[in-house]
Amino acid sequence: MQPKLEIRNVSKRFPGVKKKPDVLALDTVDLHIATNEFITVLGPSGCGKSTLLRIIAGLEEQSTGSVYLDGEEIDGPSADRGMVFQAYSLFPWLNVAENIEFGLKNKRIGARERKEIAAQYIDLVGLRGFENHYAKQLSGGMQQRVAIARALANDPEVLLLDEPFGALDNQTRTLMQEQLLEIWEKTNKTIVFITHDVEESIYLASRVLVMTSRPGKIKADIPIELEHPRSYQIKVDPRFLQYKERLTELIREESLKAIQE
Amino acid sequence: MNRPAMRRKSKRRRWLEPQSSISPRLYLALTLSSFALLLAVWSLLTYGGIVDKLFLPSPSKIVESGITLFTEFDFIQDILATVYRVLVGFVLAFLAGSALGVLIGTYKALEAFFEPMISFVRYMPVSAFIPLFILWIGVGDVEKISVIFFGSLFSIVLMTAVEVGGVRRELLEASYTLGSSPLGVLRSVILPASLPGMMEIARLVLGWAWTYIIVAELVAASTGIGHVIIESQRMLRTSNIIYGILTIGVLGLITDLILKRAIRGMFPWNYGR
Repeated sequence: MQPKLEIRNVSKRFPGVKKKPDVLALDTVDLHIATNEFITVLGPSGCGKSTLLRIIAGLEEQSTGSVYLDGEEIDGPSADRGMVFQAYSLFPWLNVAENIEFGLKNKRIGARERKEIAAQYIDLVGLRGFENHYAKQLSGGMQQRVAIARALANDPEVLLLDEPFGALDNQTRTLMQEQLLEIWEKTNKTIVFITHDVEESIYLASRVLVMTSRPGKIKADIPIELEHPRSYQIKVDPRFLQYKERLTELIREESLKAIQE
Repeated sequence: MNRPAMRRKSKRRRWLEPQSSISPRLYLALTLSSFALLLAVWSLLTYGGIVDKLFLPSPSKIVESGITLFTEFDFIQDILATVYRVLVGFVLAFLAGSALGVLIGTYKALEAFFEPMISFVRYMPVSAFIPLFILWIGVGDVEKISVIFFGSLFSIVLMTAVEVGGVRRELLEASYTLGSSPLGVLRSVILPASLPGMMEIARLVLGWAWTYIIVAELVAASTGIGHVIIESQRMLRTSNIIYGILTIGVLGLITDLILKRAIRGMFPWNYGR
């Protein structure tokens, strides 16, 4: 079966600044991601996991290799790959509803239909009553929910999330994870989610990819065989703890390497 | 128990804490007292006979000559002439300057072409160009408006370019992943994101425009507040000079307040809640 997303032989080299040697951020990454998979990419900071996501989004150009969506090579950003950034990516001059309608407007969908779709996604992320609020008037968690709704409303083939809950406090982050998982169970989107949080990577994923420290490579590819729907209680399930132990060990080796560099 | 003491102390010295707020009443009182103090010193110097009234006339003399200016010398016409020149020159400079600034801030190729040249031209004082402008354009309104236009234009271009270049990259990238075209990003992200900053630039540069107009009107003008000031100098009417200067201050203050209010109203998403 054709993968939804195929990453073939992708490397990224950043030119060195001030006569320093080039930095190899990603080293020949090969990946197949199937339709409806929820992939989390787990790696130590600075391992190039965000670079990988940005290459998939088309926001960064790879030095070698190609990325294919449904068998077609991608070239630059496009609405078929929706993206959620770490923070502060809402358009501050638009209210919640208008932010969510932004992509639909680009698709030249009529005002009435836009409103309907926006309302549907506002409900999905539980923000009814906040349609007319500006980003400034929302908490960090609410802003990220709007960002997710904005990306989903555009109905992308793949949803890319770059540590979207990284800037949130612990309690909010846990609730956001549950909500995202629920949304995925409902919408069946293909998702690639970047994180450095071991628990988050297991809880959300159908497959966890562990990356090495710089240059980033895929070090391990671990399917998470925990049933859906998953509640937060699964985080104390013995199987969950086994995954956690194993991944913590894998990621620790890489973090140590990164520190010793 | 150290705490209550600490709190009492910090409350009493609020005005010493960096950037902490003070009560609105105290704020207003301090504002008014600065004007009152100025007036008091002025009165002391003039009514007390400390300064020759040729150099500094008393407040009442200024009010008197203000009334004479309006009743006998048609001062309102001079004010209108000055306001007209400032507004026309400034609005034209803002339209041209912000358009060019947006393009320079958006496209590196245009930045490379225009930016160094404009940075160079900007440091040439516009007042030094007045003789050239008179030679090229004559001494009419167009020359005065040109002084305002060129005096404001280059600053607006450069400041707008910086403002536009400072639009957060995440916003551009989010827009691309939502299907915007490069031109769409300029129209629906870069422009709305930098509008409040551009209006603040307008406010700032308009303040400078008021100073250019007087320089322009001091040379070869038959109307305008600057003209009144230079004529009064010839006739040693010090009180008229001061009245003219005060008039410009008030006009500047009024336009600034109008713009400030308008900007707050236009961009509720950027100011307060």
